[in-house]
Amino acid sequence: MRSTGQDQQQVRTVWQKLHIDLPLLLGILSLMALGLFIVYSASGQNMGMIYRHLRSIGVALVVMLVVAQIPPLSYRKWAVPVFVIGILMLVAVLLFGHVGKGAQRWLDLGIMKFQPSEVMKLVVPIMIAWFISQHNLPVKISTVILAFILVLIPTLLIAKQPDLGTSLLIASSGVFVIFLAGASWKLIGICAGLASAFAPILWMFLMEDYQRQRVMTFLNPEQDPLGSGYHIIQSKIAIGSGGLEGKGYLHGTQSQLEFLPERHTDFIFSVFSEEFGLIGVAVLLSVYLFIVMRGLWIAVNAQHAFTKLLGGSLTLTFFVYVFVNIGMVSGLLPVVGVPLPLVSYGGTSMVTLLAGFGMLMAISTHRRFHV
Amino acid sequence: MAPRRVIIRNHSAEANLFARRTFIAFASVLVLLLILFSNVYSLQVESFEKYQTRSNSNRIKLLPVAPNRGRIYDRNGVILADNKPVYSLAVIPEQTNHLKASITQISKLLNITKNKQEKFFKSVKRKRRFKQIELYPRLSEQQVALFAVNQHKFPGIFVDARLKRYYPFGKLTTHNLGYVARINRKDADKLELAGKSENYAATHGIGKLGLEKYYENILHGSIGHQEVEINNQGRIIRTLDFAPPTPGTDLTLTLDIELQMIAKRALSGKRGAVVAMDPRTGGILAMYSNPSYDGNLFVHGISNKNYNKLRNSKDSPFINRSVRGYPPASTVKPFLALTGLEERAITPDTKVWDPGWYQLEGLPNKYRDWKKWGHGWVDLNKAIEQSCNIYFFDLAFKLGITKINTMMERFGFGDYTGIDIHEESRAIMPSVSWKRARYNQPWYTGETLSVGIGQSFWTVTPLQLTQALTTLVNHGERKVPHFLKAIKEISTVGEEKNQSSFKEIIYEEKAPLVLKQQKNWNLVLNAMHRTVQVVGATAYTPFKGSKYDAAGKTGSAQVARIKQDEKYDAKTTQENKRDNAMFIAFAPYHNPEIVVAVAIENVAKGGGGTNAGPVARQIMDQYFGNRVITSNLDNPIPHTKVAAQHQHNLSSPSNAIENVEAE
Repeated sequence: MRSTGQDQQQVRTVWQKLHIDLPLLLGILSLMALGLFIVYSASGQNMGMIYRHLRSIGVALVVMLVVAQIPPLSYRKWAVPVFVIGILMLVAVLLFGHVGKGAQRWLDLGIMKFQPSEVMKLVVPIMIAWFISQHNLPVKISTVILAFILVLIPTLLIAKQPDLGTSLLIASSGVFVIFLAGASWKLIGICAGLASAFAPILWMFLMEDYQRQRVMTFLNPEQDPLGSGYHIIQSKIAIGSGGLEGKGYLHGTQSQLEFLPERHTDFIFSVFSEEFGLIGVAVLLSVYLFIVMRGLWIAVNAQHAFTKLLGGSLTLTFFVYVFVNIGMVSGLLPVVGVPLPLVSYGGTSMVTLLAGFGMLMAISTHRRFHV
Repeated sequence: MAPRRVIIRNHSAEANLFARRTFIAFASVLVLLLILFSNVYSLQVESFEKYQTRSNSNRIKLLPVAPNRGRIYDRNGVILADNKPVYSLAVIPEQTNHLKASITQISKLLNITKNKQEKFFKSVKRKRRFKQIELYPRLSEQQVALFAVNQHKFPGIFVDARLKRYYPFGKLTTHNLGYVARINRKDADKLELAGKSENYAATHGIGKLGLEKYYENILHGSIGHQEVEINNQGRIIRTLDFAPPTPGTDLTLTLDIELQMIAKRALSGKRGAVVAMDPRTGGILAMYSNPSYDGNLFVHGISNKNYNKLRNSKDSPFINRSVRGYPPASTVKPFLALTGLEERAITPDTKVWDPGWYQLEGLPNKYRDWKKWGHGWVDLNKAIEQSCNIYFFDLAFKLGITKINTMMERFGFGDYTGIDIHEESRAIMPSVSWKRARYNQPWYTGETLSVGIGQSFWTVTPLQLTQALTTLVNHGERKVPHFLKAIKEISTVGEEKNQSSFKEIIYEEKAPLVLKQQKNWNLVLNAMHRTVQVVGATAYTPFKGSKYDAAGKTGSAQVARIKQDEKYDAKTTQENKRDNAMFIAFAPYHNPEIVVAVAIENVAKGGGGTNAGPVARQIMDQYFGNRVITSNLDNPIPHTKVAAQHQHNLSSPSNAIENVEAE
């Protein structure tokens, strides 16, 4: 499979020189463009917000481009120290963190505020992929157990902040690596069993009141239609009243008249489906499917176990974002603040996501140079 | 790095395993996407209508729009109840530049009290910033003008106009029209019970009394709606649709406001009432009760001070005296005479000796005539002309209470007339069973004698008197007294679409009073005619010189009980125990057009002829104007026997109502 330097010169295109995967980029850019339009509508035609959103997109694209230049196998050198630093920072957040929106997520570094959990979204899959790729595949039970513990530490620390959405995403990014590494089905079955046995304990001892409330609301939102159930009820009304063709761009009454909360962030999908209807939803889901397919294709074609596992995990975690967000706003899942990736307003998650896509692009474009 | 490890790995097996797992993951992704999609499908397609409805009910609000209340006119089109804009000063806090400073400034400009400002700031705290809040309730025209000039300095402050009921004639019409006032708890409950709450959603006032209350249903109209789009704060974004309200129906009354004014003037300084009715229709031409009060006070909410002043006034202006019971006294003698003729207890020629008193056989009590030395021999005409009590004591004794009661009930005494206001009293037409029910006592013959001169328990309302007189002049045809003449109708079809015209109301007549001998009507009516036209008859003086051939009957009702052998003297009697003056009249004698009943309380001197008679005269003078209707009675005929007696000079009007044991 190895090619000579000369062959490479012939095959490489401009995009490959830039370490950009063109199909992936096109998918990402189309979602970002869509995001700009919907944020414009959801914010009540607020141009200031559009400029800030554009800036986030620009920063994120630059981050992606920079990350894409780094050969992916070199991450392995940094996996352990970065993971350890990350864990320490999470502990620091719990101890001295900055409280915002009722949860401690931010670490004030003086010059800037910093959200360690965001970084862990990338560090955890790298760490687990590195850890597992040390051994032959399929993974052995002992490796799986150790990997699980490695996943559990940051997950619990973040859940404690409390940030259920992020801890869920981090847990799944780790679990995906273990799954893709070929953990036996028996083992997966046992884990699933343990997890469901763990659920009542989680409910009784670990969950905060407001989290329990969220689950109750999810189970029966109409119980408190003006209080805790308000978000989800208004969101379902927005989606449902969109119908097949939608109410038209800028004509969604639920969003334009502000019945819908968190319109430009977590509930942006509701704005979109109110204005563009089921047809719009079909197109949006297709674009997400395309990105997931491309990401998985890159992972399958990666030449090292580490890059395969990392690429697969990043892609599947991206999908979890999509699934959890759409699932929660349409009433399938309880509300756990997860934005709609690449569409929702908000710089932090955008930068993290594009850093992840940068890694995928690196995996896609650097594969011919790995050792 | 661990290159050696890489070398010993089975790359293709690992790649295969990874590819298989990736495929499974991908399949799961597809399944999950399908779940998401089918869920959105079920929301957007299957439950679309449900969510569309909920979305619309979120954003669309129906704002009720109050209909304009129907106006009320008199028979000649003079407006009696109008809707007039009332200006208030309103503020939308979020539109002001600096709320506190603006309010301070405007308060200085328009002299708004600290109290009102504090009240305003209190409601500012309660309400949303884009909602309108009232700062000053009723601006004078000067204040409106002063504000208009300075409006540019006060963004967010504006004059708000709202239609309120206005009665241009004030006191003159209050007892008839009633008034509209704020809907209170009790009204709201009643509306709720009647299922009318929705129609009143935007309405502030409701008819509380009189015609305003009686015709509330047609005066009110139907509510309209403004369909607006609102946001989650309740702020109105735009109007989507407007269904205008249907205004209330305009009413034309039978009332003649000029006649009403004459009635008021004639009663000024007195407590009493006058009712004038058209006997051909039953339409009320004038109905005035003095003293009255201004219904406009209630439209804006009367102050406690003003209310208490009216309520505690010893003249009780709230009472509508036109429909409250008074002892009818001699005014009912024609009706009793008719009963006597019909029951064959008397003939026109029956003569009774009047020595000045009447005594039941074997009983000590003496029932006195108003004329101490008596009238001598008295026949029917003379009995009515001179209002001779002895004749009627004798007649009542012959008839007995039951026959009297039966006939009087046929004239409508003791029952509602059915007039279109709710305030009327049934008054009392006593009977044996009535007394048993009321006092659990037997009926005494002495009481029958008192009933014979319109006293004892008997009370009638001036309205009942006009009704009974109408029946009398119509020879038994009975009309429903009413105010409503016509209602405005807007045609919905044909060429005259949207054109309005007044449609006359047709009233069904009551069952007629049929006599066995029709000639009896004229016998009694003739006697009443003579009472006015014969010189020296009791009602001669008040109609002296009138050109429209009137007929009538006087009455003086004793209010306080006078002991046997005690002498009544108005000057020494307490004001509220003095006699009431009563009067009934109709004109012209042939084909009457107007019947009038007058009641005046506690007159200082004289009786019905001197006190109430002139009131009826003034009403009729106004009604007939310059019309001349000559009398076919040789006018005036000198009265042979009582030529010198031209005065109904009241010294002692009869009848002690001491309970005389009859059984």
